[in-house]
Amino acid sequence: MTNLPARARLATALLRTAATLSRVSGRGDGSVIGGRVGLKVEPRLLAMLSENRQVALISGTNGKTTTTRFTAAALGALGPVATNSFGANMPTGHTTALAKMPDASNAVLEVDEHYLPQLLAEARPRVVALLNLSRDQLDRAMEVGMLAEKWRTALAAHPDVHVIANADDPMVTWAAKAVPNVTWIAGGQRWQEDSWACPECGKRLDRYGEYWRCTNCGLTRPSPQWSVDGNAVVDPTGQRAELSLQLPGQVNRNNAATALAIAAEFGVPLAEAVPQLSTVRSIAGRYAVVRRDGRRARLLLAKNPAGWLEAFDMLDPGCPVTLCLNAREVDGYDTSWIYDVDYAPVAGRQVLVTGDRRFDLAVRLQVNGIAFTVVDSFADALRAAPEGNVEVIANYTAFQDIRAEFDRVN
Amino acid sequence: MSTSPFSSLRLVWLYPDLLSTYGDRGNLQVLAFRAMSRGIDVDIVEVTSDKHMPTEGDIYLIGGGEDGPQALACERLIADGGLARAVNRGAVIFSVCAGYQLMGSSFMAKGQQYAGLGLMDIQSQRGETRAVGELAGEVDPRLGLPTLTGFENHGGRTFVGPSAAPLVRVTAGVGNDGQTEGAWANRIIGTYLHGPALARNPALADLLLAWATGRQLGALEDRWPEALRGERLAAVLGGGGKGLGRGDVRGDMRGDMQSAMEMI
Repeated sequence: MTNLPARARLATALLRTAATLSRVSGRGDGSVIGGRVGLKVEPRLLAMLSENRQVALISGTNGKTTTTRFTAAALGALGPVATNSFGANMPTGHTTALAKMPDASNAVLEVDEHYLPQLLAEARPRVVALLNLSRDQLDRAMEVGMLAEKWRTALAAHPDVHVIANADDPMVTWAAKAVPNVTWIAGGQRWQEDSWACPECGKRLDRYGEYWRCTNCGLTRPSPQWSVDGNAVVDPTGQRAELSLQLPGQVNRNNAATALAIAAEFGVPLAEAVPQLSTVRSIAGRYAVVRRDGRRARLLLAKNPAGWLEAFDMLDPGCPVTLCLNAREVDGYDTSWIYDVDYAPVAGRQVLVTGDRRFDLAVRLQVNGIAFTVVDSFADALRAAPEGNVEVIANYTAFQDIRAEFDRVN
Repeated sequence: MSTSPFSSLRLVWLYPDLLSTYGDRGNLQVLAFRAMSRGIDVDIVEVTSDKHMPTEGDIYLIGGGEDGPQALACERLIADGGLARAVNRGAVIFSVCAGYQLMGSSFMAKGQQYAGLGLMDIQSQRGETRAVGELAGEVDPRLGLPTLTGFENHGGRTFVGPSAAPLVRVTAGVGNDGQTEGAWANRIIGTYLHGPALARNPALADLLLAWATGRQLGALEDRWPEALRGERLAAVLGGGGKGLGRGDVRGDMRGDMQSAMEMI
């Protein structure tokens, strides 16, 4: 870090200035604009800033931000950690995260699925964690199978990287098998609609619970070395550690297992890493509780079918739920995917529906046989619920709109 | 559907393992809901690609998918032969996107031409650009349906031959070729539209049900589908172009998207 050439030092200084200006002018956290400025001055800046550091990359359709936060917390036991904790998960954001923490010898970077090949080449990670792959923003994103192939090809070019991968996801497993050194996690896969077919040969996979295999080519779920048993994580030696997470849902216990596996690879003992995870309470508004007029609303972000299924698993039984759907540019304009989700888990409680595309949700719920009330705004939804706890599930821009109403709650 | 009052309406969902990528399963759910709301019993049969296609179905639904699964589905359907026999029996088919293309004489997938099922006089080519966004248009007046609304996302262009008719004259969007969208012949309807199409167009769903049951169906209280149609048609036809998702917005947009996300 201290040996950066002059151009890279200039690029880093300009990056930090641009990021600060952006932040103080209220335009965001400045990660993207800062990184853009730095990379303009020195295109190899990301690679240079990664040198002499131990880097972990975390990618997948869902759970990236949470797992990155968990991992950064666990590695905090070793000293300062550079991390893109604001969800800016493309190279501009990575460059900024590294530039802001020049003295951190460890870095944990959340990576957009499409940018994993570039990060593998430039950040030269020690560890790459692959969480899951499922359909997301179909009107512009790549199909799931193509993305798995992109990962596999990129990993094959870096056979020395240590991969930590979700054995329950056939697409992830197939991509990870491109390298010899893989630690397998029982990471869970509630959503299985994107992995009916074998990624290797295209034939139909046999599934029994979480176990899966292809009878045609033999691709089989690897035996996981890390698993979650109830509320405990079990490591490869059989050691159990009880979790005391502040975040809800089975999926976050699975994310914790992945974070602990990364931490173990960095040399943090399980007993030291586990308590660090309890410090994570909310992440950029996710899982935050906002209060108004006697209502306590917990905010859950869910951007795609797999995410909505996981969010249903987190709902407090009997608690009213508000569902918020938008379809702006970053959400994807096509709302058809709401028919890929079975909303039966929200039945039997008060269901409030809002967002730009509340009528899409209304038709969906009607066809699903679920009683609901359509309201014009999130404020109206809160008023319609009785005093007490309210669960909120919102997709990306709907979620950000709610955060904005509550002073950008973190 | 037989005339016996005791028989159920049989809805057959083709190959959900291969062709169910864009929420098209919703068409099955909408048909089942609208039939049951009229007191019609429904049997839903999901046929995965490793099973024989039953020939006794009343309405067959086939959805969209990627090139590889589309080609594989076509190969299986031709080898099986059941769908063609069902059509000869008078079954109704509602096909979407990749499934729509399969109805025709040929289609393009993975850079090569494939022979289709030949159930309808259409043939599909690859277009120069991908058509992504809202679509609206006026339906062939012989079908007696209101304006069609939906979301298209496809790279194909389809030519409708003399033995079939275009489903829609396009007023917004691309569809078959920028002029027309979808096709129909006898009891087969095909469209590029997701949304899903039958959630956005309940009258189209009722037309399929009327064909299959041979009955005039009573009206349903359609407050929410009508609200959805009103909102979508106002967005696409009302000007401004806001929220339409028009144009080709694939991978290269993601960098700019990140900036947009940061601004939020």
